[in-house]
Amino acid sequence: MTGAVAAASPRARALRRLARERGAVAALCVLAAIALACLIGPWMTGHEPERAYPDLRQLPASLAAQPDDARLAAALDRLAFRIRARVEAAERTGDALRLTLAADAPIDRRGLVYLPRSDLFGVPQVASESEGGRRLVLDVPVRRLHFPLGTDVHGRDLLSRCLVAGRVSLAVGLVATLVALLIGVAYGAVAGFVGGAVDAAMMRAVDALYALPFVFFVILLLVFFRASLGLMLIAIAAVEWLDMARIVRAQTLTLRERDFVRAARALGLTDARIIARHIVPNTLGPVAVAATLLVPRVILLESFLSFLGLGVQEPDTSWGVLIAEGARAIEAAPHMLAAPAAFLIATLVSLNLLGDGLADALDPRSA
Amino acid sequence: MIRLVLRRLAQAVPTLFAVVAVSFFLMRLAPGGPFDLERPLAPAAMENLRRVYGLDRPLIAQFGSYLASLAQGDLGPSFSFRDLTVAELIGRGLPVSATLGALALVLATGLGVGLGCVAAVRRGGAVDRLLGFGAALSLSLPSFVVAPLLQIVFGLTLRWLPLSGWADGDPRHLILPVVTLALPQVGALARLTRASLGEALRTQPVRTMRSLGLPPGRVVRHALRGALLPVVAYLGPLAAALLTGSVVVETIFGLPGIGRYFVEGALNRDYTLVMGVVLLVAALVVAFNLLADLACAWLDPRLRVAA
Repeated sequence: MTGAVAAASPRARALRRLARERGAVAALCVLAAIALACLIGPWMTGHEPERAYPDLRQLPASLAAQPDDARLAAALDRLAFRIRARVEAAERTGDALRLTLAADAPIDRRGLVYLPRSDLFGVPQVASESEGGRRLVLDVPVRRLHFPLGTDVHGRDLLSRCLVAGRVSLAVGLVATLVALLIGVAYGAVAGFVGGAVDAAMMRAVDALYALPFVFFVILLLVFFRASLGLMLIAIAAVEWLDMARIVRAQTLTLRERDFVRAARALGLTDARIIARHIVPNTLGPVAVAATLLVPRVILLESFLSFLGLGVQEPDTSWGVLIAEGARAIEAAPHMLAAPAAFLIATLVSLNLLGDGLADALDPRSA
Repeated sequence: MIRLVLRRLAQAVPTLFAVVAVSFFLMRLAPGGPFDLERPLAPAAMENLRRVYGLDRPLIAQFGSYLASLAQGDLGPSFSFRDLTVAELIGRGLPVSATLGALALVLATGLGVGLGCVAAVRRGGAVDRLLGFGAALSLSLPSFVVAPLLQIVFGLTLRWLPLSGWADGDPRHLILPVVTLALPQVGALARLTRASLGEALRTQPVRTMRSLGLPPGRVVRHALRGALLPVVAYLGPLAAALLTGSVVVETIFGLPGIGRYFVEGALNRDYTLVMGVVLLVAALVVAFNLLADLACAWLDPRLRVAA
């Protein structure tokens, strides 16, 4: 297996066939885009994912800059109340606002710090003062904020939240799949290779585990012990390795009697070495397909648990958590469900299509 | 055949015992108890309650007496629903979950197998690719997204169907939950049928039938019988899962099914209720896997010999 891999190696042929599956290639591009966006996107949206804008709650998705005139007026009224004054006039020209505040008593200028604190305005400059300090004319810079996917119930940028949540969802999907993969491949390969009574006993155990109502156990585990990311990872991996073990065992049974395995045995290799170097690499085709299709199932299970409040906990977030928040606010702000759901569904569809394409490309019977 | 049934039933005993043991000790190891209220009870009252329900005895003795009453078919009283036994609660919830599950199963099987056959016959064509995408999409639509969407569209906007509730099994209340339950399974079954039938259609006997001039419909019918094996094997656990309800669907649509009782029981540390539901699900999984195996043996004579 050393030296340059020839152009017509099975792997190269499979890759070429995969490249011909347009759906799979498109899915791969979508996945890469989502993963990249989740990885670096949160630094590029201009908002901290945790930053709440109290005056901009539940904004619908829009490309327009915020605050718009209606929300500006509402925010000004709220702030003027805290400064103990009234808004007499507010005139906006571009990024600047000429604000006239009036009150029955002289206005305490220390209250003006509320303006920059609200995140919507810059530091105000007093342009003029009249009526003994009861009327102030201020020049206030207005910030221009963009929320392409809107904001949530606390006024947090939904795009940043979706991207940060995606990190968690994707990481859970990959790590849990990897753990399930390791357990399943090792278990299946050993059972298939050793064979006999050991194999029978090991697969009986798998059969028995299949009959367990696992989703119920996962829920029990997470309800009774404090739900955490690590516990959820363990629970998901413990459920999902069974399929992998069956696939690998079936493959191993056919490989065990092949000549190259006999040759390896005749050369005096240990069982462990034969399994690691000759059996497992040859099972990787179907395992790759199964693993690709397992990732969306794991992500779905994670969002399901998070939706029930048993998975990822605040302040962390995942697509399931965001969808649960969106489902609660669905009448007032449907975009809060739509945005994370779109991310989740796009990811799952892409992974499923990629798995299908991979299965077709690795199928030795297809041309 | 009878030996197969007997052997599987014998195998079911250790499985069910493992289910009971794992859930029993898992729950008792967890912090909290069924009588923890917002305002703590007086220690004496707590002591009395624990004695009445037998919670003051050693864990292993409690397990023994639970098994003993279980052997007599008694699932015990519920801790959180006062004056009701677990059997009565399951008797209330199971008809709801089972009605929904059976309808969803029929819908998903009919649609999924049908569409899978179409895709297999048109393998590689535009219809196949469209159905493949549809299947991937249906597998990727989480029920907790689909359910609120259906509620918004058909309940709030169009006002065709009620938003939620059970209303004693009024058919109009069933439509949205059944569709939500069935949707992902349509994709899974279509995909399974397509793969299995597609393979069967490429075998030698089918080529022979074709070359002898059998009409395509007859050819597919012959091939389908053998190709249904993986589908039937998948239907076993699926039926058990659907009949025992979906936590999400029952929560969102406000249905008083098994899934709801389970989650409420778990949150309230209702030991006996949780055990009862878990045991019911496990028993149904065993039963439906057995049914699926029998159906497979009926479809494929070779399996009867092997069994």
